[in-house]
Amino acid sequence: MSVEEAAARIAARGESSRRLARDPVNQAMINNWVEAIGDTNPRYLEGVAPPAMAQVWTMNGLHGRRAEDDPLGAMMSVLDEAGYTSVVATNSEQNYYRHLRVGEHVAASTALESVAGPKRTALGEGWFVTTKTSWYVGDELVADMLFRVLKFAPPPSSPGALRPVISRDTEFFWEGTKAGELRIQRWGETLRHPPGPMPPDGDLDAKPDWVVASGRGTVYSYVVHHRPAVPGKQLPFVIALVELAEGVRMLGELVGADPAEVHIGLPVTATFLKVDDELTLPAWRVAR
Amino acid sequence: MIAVGTELPELAFDVTPTFVISTALATRDFQDVHHDRDAAVARGSKDIFLNILTDNGLVQRFVTDWAGPEAFVRSIKIKLGVPCYAGDKLVFTGRVASLEGRVAVVEVTGTGSLGAHVTGTVTVELAA
Repeated sequence: MSVEEAAARIAARGESSRRLARDPVNQAMINNWVEAIGDTNPRYLEGVAPPAMAQVWTMNGLHGRRAEDDPLGAMMSVLDEAGYTSVVATNSEQNYYRHLRVGEHVAASTALESVAGPKRTALGEGWFVTTKTSWYVGDELVADMLFRVLKFAPPPSSPGALRPVISRDTEFFWEGTKAGELRIQRWGETLRHPPGPMPPDGDLDAKPDWVVASGRGTVYSYVVHHRPAVPGKQLPFVIALVELAEGVRMLGELVGADPAEVHIGLPVTATFLKVDDELTLPAWRVAR
Repeated sequence: MIAVGTELPELAFDVTPTFVISTALATRDFQDVHHDRDAAVARGSKDIFLNILTDNGLVQRFVTDWAGPEAFVRSIKIKLGVPCYAGDKLVFTGRVASLEGRVAVVEVTGTGSLGAHVTGTVTVELAA
């Protein structure tokens, strides 16, 4: 199911059931709020709640959980699955129909208003999700809000990228990828990958060097990763074990390929994905 | 005398870590990026930052400090721009964009060192 189809299905459910606030409107929470904000309006000390607190009464709290039928939670799960793992609030439009007073008990319900995307933003590719929340006292609508969040996939250079451990034995390999070279460890006449501290024959006096691979090879085996979500990656993606022309096998993401066209024996060439100044990952492209 | 074009007095906030944390908790927003510096940095932020419910409160205060305690705020519509991190200074400016009877629409901007953190409009019913 596409993001659009999932959104249409969630929106069709309409308003969630009304969720009663943990506490009635009370002076203690108002006092905390006016003290933190620095608001000295004297009405707020006499049982009138600041209008901007409307949303506060029904916040989930430290260990709170979203209601089962909460459409925002459902939409966040759909986008998490699709690889859009980060979220940031962008817009809030609140209307207040009257003041709330101490002792009143509000309940909130939420509906999914719209989902727009995918859009390119400064933070990465993402979807704008708009919900409408309504607050009631009994059956009286006292406030409502359009709330928009951007649910996005941070670019691969974000701190979410998985990093290899670089040791003295593998340093030459990662220096190579930075320079745009695929370097294979060589012990005498024997090539070896992944590189290790010892030659295949166990000669303790041997010292390795390396050769630069042509970068040409064929897919020896592969997996298509559908889930879970991986920071900075759009799902699904392909990881291929490639048999290089030089005879060793090497792992990397196969980029720019439709998973349906990938097969064992597919000719590929090496490419390099720069994550940041310290790290460049080897990857593959289909040879055309 | 209030008229279209009337400028509101500036209101400045020192956004200390205590301010970021106490306002987040007073709005019952326990997202770690608003009180845990290490968590905020791990998620790619420079420091902890203000939450949107606090922006609503600050914008409301900016307008009612000017309009008086008897004014009734009908709506607050805000759009977030750059983040406002702990250690910053946030300055609110505003002007009356329209006035019909006792109902004023005020355009508001909250600016930090990185630029416009919050922009929006507040519709307020002024006291008779």
